[in-house]
Amino acid sequence: MAVLVTTTINGDRVEFACEPNEPLLDVLRNRLGLSGAKEGCGTGDCGACSVQVDGRVVCSCLVLGVEAEGREIETVEGLAQGTELHPLQSKFLEHAALQCGVCTPGFLMAAKALLEKNPNPTEEEIRFGLAGNLCRCTGYDKIVRAVQDAAKVMRG
Amino acid sequence: MQYEAPETTKAAVGLLAKAKGSAYVLAGGSDLLVRMKGGFVEPDLVVDIKRIKPMREVKKTASGFTIGAAVSCAELNENKALIKAWPGVVEAAGLIGSKQVQSRCTVVGNLCNASPAADSVPALVAAGAKAVIQGPKGKRKVAVEDVPVGPGRNSLKKGELIEAIELPARKGKSGDAYLRFIPRTEMDIAVVSAGVSLTLGEKGVIKDARVALGAVAPTVRLVKEAAKAIIGTKLDEAALEKLGKAASAACSPIDDKRGTIEFRTKVAAVLAKRAAQIAYKRAGGK
Ligand SMILES: Cc1cc2nc3c(=O)[nH]c(=O)nc-3n(C[C@H](O)[C@H](O)[C@H](O)COP(=O)(O)OP(=O)(O)OC[C@H]3O[C@@H](n4cnc5c(N)ncnc54)[C@H](O)[C@@H]3O)c2cc1C
Ligand code: FES
Ligand code: FES
Repeated sequence: MAVLVTTTINGDRVEFACEPNEPLLDVLRNRLGLSGAKEGCGTGDCGACSVQVDGRVVCSCLVLGVEAEGREIETVEGLAQGTELHPLQSKFLEHAALQCGVCTPGFLMAAKALLEKNPNPTEEEIRFGLAGNLCRCTGYDKIVRAVQDAAKVMRG
Repeated sequence: MQYEAPETTKAAVGLLAKAKGSAYVLAGGSDLLVRMKGGFVEPDLVVDIKRIKPMREVKKTASGFTIGAAVSCAELNENKALIKAWPGVVEAAGLIGSKQVQSRCTVVGNLCNASPAADSVPALVAAGAKAVIQGPKGKRKVAVEDVPVGPGRNSLKKGELIEAIELPARKGKSGDAYLRFIPRTEMDIAVVSAGVSLTLGEKGVIKDARVALGAVAPTVRLVKEAAKAIIGTKLDEAALEKLGKAASAACSPIDDKRGTIEFRTKVAAVLAKRAAQIAYKRAGGK
């Protein structure tokens, strides 16, 4: 039987009904039209589905939709302010840190969480912090550069 | 499937005890939801314990630390007092998965899932941690090494759950450490692992020690012979040699694509020695 859930997504109060065993990722994509988070594996290995729940980055494929009750969720759709891209988004474009782009929303959300905790990470800290995100196109170097550059902008 | 998120331990136990079909506790879900996805389990009831307040807390008491069963490993790694007292335990918990997994996973989930390669378990066993179990018949405490009974199987009875993990208070010069061998540098399953905790007496002589090994037997193993090898010593070459031999002797690993029996047996000795050296240094020994 479907369960009614009230939550906050990117600052907006949202209500939805979902099955008790339905992953949050499916709720976001299939019920709420938020298709930024991607399903790469469905088992916590690739990070393409990364979102924040109560300020912590998680794999939304390994969270149940019903767990979202009363929580604060942030998805990649909440990154840009109107037409102004988040520094991470701008720098990913500038450094060509994506090719097919399937991994990008997850990398952006994981990088955002990383920089919130550590505004000036070393390359090693970035690589370690993003180890839960897989990319089969870029070879990671460009992603690391983009995050370093974005961190610089964000530090001001 | 029915999903419940009770606010008290009592309510959680009640739900589990009267469940008709298969019932599972949900902590971080990083094992359970993967198994559900793969069709390996089909729960009739899932009891989410993350809304039970006392289970979300780490408490420092006169007798040590009480870690609530729903505290994530990321939270453990932000707890300065715990890191200071039990750096090996916190490090081991911090090795589980990625940042994303860390935000959710718990040491109790790691323990109950009962993988022989579970990272936090050898460190908890070495630390002498106890599991506080609540069930329909009340409360009981067991040593963590008695929770897993085989790969994927634990000793909890119907209706029971683990409410918290208790770590003893640190007295005098003490230190602990955990090391694992993996082919990558992160996001991988331990091929072999070792946890060591020790306390020094006069002049840097080891007074007390516990050594545990992971991924070399069906369950994480407490190796008393290995502890005996270093108690009463200053961790000199001869003591380390004996420790390594005892660690290897305690191994009954499997042969798989991740490591051969021979490799695991040998690396167990290497890791036990290195972990002991780190723990010794942390305890203030030279
Ligand atoms: C991508 C990925 C990487 C991983 N990497 C590692 C790794 O490096 N090292 C490692 O050791 N593990 C790893 N794991 C496995 C998993 O993350 C850990 O075992 C984790 O500690 C499980 O904790 P949890 O809170 O998520 O457990 P859950 O999935 O919530 O629960 C696990 C099991 O324990 C039971 N349970 C949970 N809490 C209780 C309780 N309080 N009382 C009774 N039963 C309970 C559940 O019913 C379930 O059967 C990884 C998993 C993923 C998805
Ligand atoms: S889809 Fe969630 S981690 Fe791959
Ligand atoms: S850009 Fe294609 S997977 Fe990363």
